[in-house]
Amino acid sequence: MSQVLIIGVDGLVFASWLFLVSVGLSLIYGVLRILNVAHGSLFAVGAYSGASLVVAYSQAGNWPWGTLLALPAAALAAGLVLGPLVERGVLRWTYGREPVVQLLVTFSVFLILEDATKLLWGVSPYYAYQPYQLLGQVHIGGIDYPAYSFLLLLVAVVAGGGLWWFVRRTRFGRVVVAVIHDPEMSVALGVNLSRVYVATFALGTVLAALGGAFTAPMISVVPGIGVEVIVLAFAVVVVGGLGSLEGAAVGALLIGLVRAAAVHLLPVLELFTIYLVMAAVLLVRPLGLFGRVEVRRI
Amino acid sequence: MKTPILEVEDLTLHFGSITAAERETVIVYPGEFVGVVGPNGAGKTTFLNLITGYLRPERGVIRFWGQDVVGMKPHQITALGVGRSFQIPQLFLTLTVRENVLVALATREGRWASAWRSLHEPSRVQAADEVLLQFGLLAQADRPAGELPEGGRKLLDVAMAFALRPRLLLMDEPTSGVSAREKFQIMDTLLQALREAGVTALFVEHDMEVVRRYATRVLVLSNGRILADGAPGEVLDDPEVRLAVTGRR
Amino acid sequence: MRRGGLWALAAVGVLAVAGVVLPRWLVFLLTLAFAKGVAVLSVVVLMRAGLVSFGQGLFFAAAAYAAGFAMRGWGLREALVLVPVGVAVAVLLGAVVGLLVARYRDIFFAMLTLAFSMVLYGVLIKAYTVTGGSDGIRIPTPSVLGISRAGDEARLLVYYLALACTAGSAWLVTRYAQAPAGYLAWAVRDNEVRVAYLGAPVNRIVYGAFLLASGLAGLGGVLTALNVGHVDPGLSYWTTSGELVFVAVLGGSGSVPGALAGAVVYEVLRSYAFKYAPYAWQMMLGAAMLVIILFLPGGLWSPVERWWRRQQA
Repeated sequence: MSQVLIIGVDGLVFASWLFLVSVGLSLIYGVLRILNVAHGSLFAVGAYSGASLVVAYSQAGNWPWGTLLALPAAALAAGLVLGPLVERGVLRWTYGREPVVQLLVTFSVFLILEDATKLLWGVSPYYAYQPYQLLGQVHIGGIDYPAYSFLLLLVAVVAGGGLWWFVRRTRFGRVVVAVIHDPEMSVALGVNLSRVYVATFALGTVLAALGGAFTAPMISVVPGIGVEVIVLAFAVVVVGGLGSLEGAAVGALLIGLVRAAAVHLLPVLELFTIYLVMAAVLLVRPLGLFGRVEVRRI
Repeated sequence: MKTPILEVEDLTLHFGSITAAERETVIVYPGEFVGVVGPNGAGKTTFLNLITGYLRPERGVIRFWGQDVVGMKPHQITALGVGRSFQIPQLFLTLTVRENVLVALATREGRWASAWRSLHEPSRVQAADEVLLQFGLLAQADRPAGELPEGGRKLLDVAMAFALRPRLLLMDEPTSGVSAREKFQIMDTLLQALREAGVTALFVEHDMEVVRRYATRVLVLSNGRILADGAPGEVLDDPEVRLAVTGRR
Repeated sequence: MRRGGLWALAAVGVLAVAGVVLPRWLVFLLTLAFAKGVAVLSVVVLMRAGLVSFGQGLFFAAAAYAAGFAMRGWGLREALVLVPVGVAVAVLLGAVVGLLVARYRDIFFAMLTLAFSMVLYGVLIKAYTVTGGSDGIRIPTPSVLGISRAGDEARLLVYYLALACTAGSAWLVTRYAQAPAGYLAWAVRDNEVRVAYLGAPVNRIVYGAFLLASGLAGLGGVLTALNVGHVDPGLSYWTTSGELVFVAVLGGSGSVPGALAGAVVYEVLRSYAFKYAPYAWQMMLGAAMLVIILFLPGGLWSPVERWWRRQQA
């Protein structure tokens, strides 16, 4: 029984990390129809920003709990600077071109940002362990669990809930949903597409950076952490259905639980669970769990 | 009694609350030129999409030459002998006009026959040029299809479908976007080519004069339903039909 | 195109002579470039069908490791046997992966191919007892056409092998592009619906292109393995595939000579960039790709192509 509990908790924690790290990608695809390969490096920038801010803040001997605020602050700053910069500076010139071209453009941005982070933050690892240490351990099912994992869960829930509220209850959120469903109609109804694009991309960037910032205390922040994240985020988003926010949550949950089960029951499969789930889902539902079929009008 | 080319029974499809097709039943025999008319949104293009497999019906039977085709994909139905042109011409805009027809001709041949030889093989080029000549496009053969004016694109679209030597040709507004004078020229050319090749045709059309002059039979669609089905003279002079199609009696 | 054929023959002739005239390190670099060029051709084949594969590394690595296993497990040394073995493994793998992947386009296709290559990467790292893990496997020196040499002379033989394979691949891809099969793939990129309405099964066309691409990528992998003398899981990492995509774009996304010339230019530039600016060469790559995509969509080769077309008119 306790193993089921452990798998459940493990799965939930990993799922919340996956969700946090992927939801920005899904949002950007849904609105701009671009798969943002640079998502991984935005995650890395968030991690570096968060880590360096926490380290600097802690070294200055400030109130320890402030580090928990430093993380989202750094992510917000990084996202709000980079998001509009990338969108207005680069992506804007590719709208209307083949999706393949847009993919390559985001790939180029990824390459540039990878080295930019090396130039800005150097190549030595950053250890921003303070928030992790601060929260200590909790006792679950006979095992000591890092409480930080539950903070991650909380952040994911808050982010998810915040997005839900934004999309359902605010006017701008509903405009975004309209653009996701029918861009042409939205323009015909007077929506300023440019503003929606910039705002959405900025939001997606902040979410990616948030994922990175909150990941930083759990790892050593080194060059290249963004690379793996892209593949993981893409798998989550594809399983859930590109552009669907509920899909990102369900996809994250599914993959998180399956991976946790694999880790405890069939460890040799651990690395592949995410791809196995993706392949299995795609074989049954080629567009993901919540994906919508877009039939071209002829 | 000749075997029907196309049998449609009880064809039904809804998009949410919109009725795209409602219990449509039609039989088309070899040699007919069936005009399909109706107001915008009546479901004419949807009808074509349904019978060619681009859309799947909720209910109903579709048979080509007695063979049930519901569930088949467009390329399979095309391979049975059904050609189609589109309301918005579907061309290979980055290929030349001649290459568009060459590709159409190449798909008719067996899989391995043309594996290593060039697309621009002399015998195939000759066949393509014959088709282009018939449709008045030979002068533009080397231009990219994207550079053709609207009328030219329509013609090329039909030419490509025609090059497949289909037994049934479906055309969606073959003369829209073309000047009045050219319309009759095009239709004359088209129908002569079709008659010579023994091809049956079904064409969606908005211009009643064109329908009156060329169709042997007229189908009137409105709100997804077949309102009338018969000889052009009778159908087009019926006041109910005129009301439905033009809003006036 | 006959004139193009003459230029190609001239290029092969020049490169053949270059093999004995140029310094050893440059010959090694060129061999690397040729092998990479063949793999880039695989990306080009798929791009002509409108697809970007971020996973050609899968076949690149699979063929390379297959050659390695054949040499160490079966004692094979002859390159002319190892090359078909590697290519066969790649194509077999492509036949299986293609069954799933050929149903997709655009982003899905790109990322599914990426995912598959990353799965192989994971396998290569995890199964270290068989594959040597992250250290990889050393590849012994092959013999070419029965001729067995050591050191630099062996490298020269591999150079000529790579040159021949590259020339052959270039010829193959050119023929494919001019044949109905190649045009149908291009038509799929242009207007997939129209292709279906011509009676041609679109997914099968994509599958065919995918098989051809897997074979080419595999060929590049075997040649690289034989040249470098070592294989490691990095061959399957997605950034390797990304590099191939970059060179394809650099060369013009659709042209055979562009891809090969691009591979040579890239390989030369990369070795210098890596030496002098190891922390900025990815950035330079990214910036270069952006510039090409935004300002020179035909790639660096497009001015040459324009010149060539004017000559033909």
